[in-house]
Amino acid sequence: MIGRPSLLLVALGCVGLALFVVPFVGLLARTPWSDLPELLGRDVVTDALRLSLVSSVTATGIALVAGVPLAWLLARVEFPGRAVVRGLVTLPLVLPPVVGGAALLFALGRRGAVGEPLYEATGLLLPFSTWGVVVATTFVAMPFLVITVEGALRSLDQRYEGAAATLGARRWTVMRRVTLPMIGPSLVAGLVLTWARAFGEFGATITFAGNLQGKTQTLPLAVFVALESEREAAVAISLLMVVVSLTVLIALRDRWWRVL
Amino acid sequence: MTEDGLYASVVVRRSESFELDFEVSIPPGRTVALLGPNGAGKSTAVAAIAGLLPLDMGRIELAGVVLDDPEQALFVPAESRRVGLVFQDYLLFPHLNLIENIAFGLRSRRVGRDEAFDGARQWMRRLGLNGLEKSKPRDLSGGEAQRAALARALITDPDILLLDEPLAALDVTTRAQLRRTLAEHLEGFRGPRLLITHDPIEAFLLADEIHVIEQGTVTQRGTADEIRLRPRTRYAADLAGSNLYTGTASDGQVDIGGHSLHIADRGVAGAVLVTIRPTAISVHHSEPTGSPRNSWPTTVELIEPLGDRVRLRTGSPLVLTIEITRDATADLGLAIGAGIWVAVKATEIGVEPDVPSRRS
Repeated sequence: MIGRPSLLLVALGCVGLALFVVPFVGLLARTPWSDLPELLGRDVVTDALRLSLVSSVTATGIALVAGVPLAWLLARVEFPGRAVVRGLVTLPLVLPPVVGGAALLFALGRRGAVGEPLYEATGLLLPFSTWGVVVATTFVAMPFLVITVEGALRSLDQRYEGAAATLGARRWTVMRRVTLPMIGPSLVAGLVLTWARAFGEFGATITFAGNLQGKTQTLPLAVFVALESEREAAVAISLLMVVVSLTVLIALRDRWWRVL
Repeated sequence: MTEDGLYASVVVRRSESFELDFEVSIPPGRTVALLGPNGAGKSTAVAAIAGLLPLDMGRIELAGVVLDDPEQALFVPAESRRVGLVFQDYLLFPHLNLIENIAFGLRSRRVGRDEAFDGARQWMRRLGLNGLEKSKPRDLSGGEAQRAALARALITDPDILLLDEPLAALDVTTRAQLRRTLAEHLEGFRGPRLLITHDPIEAFLLADEIHVIEQGTVTQRGTADEIRLRPRTRYAADLAGSNLYTGTASDGQVDIGGHSLHIADRGVAGAVLVTIRPTAISVHHSEPTGSPRNSWPTTVELIEPLGDRVRLRTGSPLVLTIEITRDATADLGLAIGAGIWVAVKATEIGVEPDVPSRRS
């Protein structure tokens, strides 16, 4: 009886699916469709959307530039304490974001171990600034990229890189023409996950960067504020987030990250 | 040592218990086969010569240039060596199409895209791969992939060609055909060639000289005939002791230099390779009765003890290496010059298609 799943399996699968579908339906049911253009056109919403897009894309960019080398080191270089480093990298995945935000505040705040000398040298204050949002979202989201890329590098047959070397390819050429293209699908998947996590980031951001409209108030923060004051606006912003996230995930899914 | 060829004295410690230690010298235009079982260190040897693995001791010199000499703290990395390597299962880059794969070596050496692609097209034509420029490696047949790997290695005009189990990834039927293509292209390459294989037939047919390697050391070196007829170790005897002939098959029979044998496969015809295991031959005082369809009288020319067994060689009409137990030797009262009958079942004769070999 191949190809005919048991009823129990179907039933449990439907329970799982319901968990995803029901809240979404609830959201749609409460959506004030006629007021939607007015609600979404408000400054507070457009500011938050712009900030969310800028900070999540910047965080993804930083993750690409710094996270791929980190993943490479973890996958390819044996050094003492590698297991500890790997643990540290994955810590933001399991840590409550608010704890991460607090830790960032202690380290990078005005009186922080790194924050104070940084402020004195450059006048840059990360907390309660847009860069603070970027730091907080990167902190929370980058592990997705590092883990995905490290896994891909580990499972890549290194003999391909050896083959490229015997053909005269120098280290960077091997990286550019063999390693990165071969882990391409995983890299894109990691970037998409990182972006999605950064786009939805709430806890670390509000703790470290605060909640200032136009400066640090991203969409999730705007939802949080609106829930207290004006439910309809909260629903509208939530719907906006759902639409943006779904659009990105579906648009990239078939073409780029079938691996997941 | 040779001026233009390869000289390699390779010592690599892979673990406490395993050390590869061998020496090989290959003049231009000659093929040496490193023949040995899995785990003998063959692939380590290739990696060392290609520059993917540094030596612990020894020296590698190619075309008059020292590539690795730990004592002098000298190591030329793989990308700076002029080594053409055909990998086991080929390792064509799966994300590149065929022309990009073949042009890879030129592109890596900063040859412009158009020029590199022109060069790749020439090699593809030469190896019968034209029309496949846009194909991805996964869409190629085993033979096409092998030729593509060869083209990719040869396009950079290397000083040596290394072939790591070039036929192991293929099924038996295509192997015979590709062995021929490979033989032709080896002929066309003027530098030294090193063939790594665990298949004695491959070594016998493609190499001028064979080095048998076991547990990291060379246990015997010589021509195919020397190793086949006078194997020095149990392993060499088992793999190389086979009786190997070229012949012509037709209608359930095979003709080997005028001597005809019955074979089981009635379908095979034309040039063939014939193998008979030394243990598959029985020895008798007089003409045997019963099932063997192939039997003939001959004389014992050589008797060699080999552990619990004895190795015999017989004379005309077909030089055979035979292995029988010591007890059987005693029972038969064998001595050099003695007249005996030998018999072999048709089903014990291995026949596979071949093309006229260049070394027959």
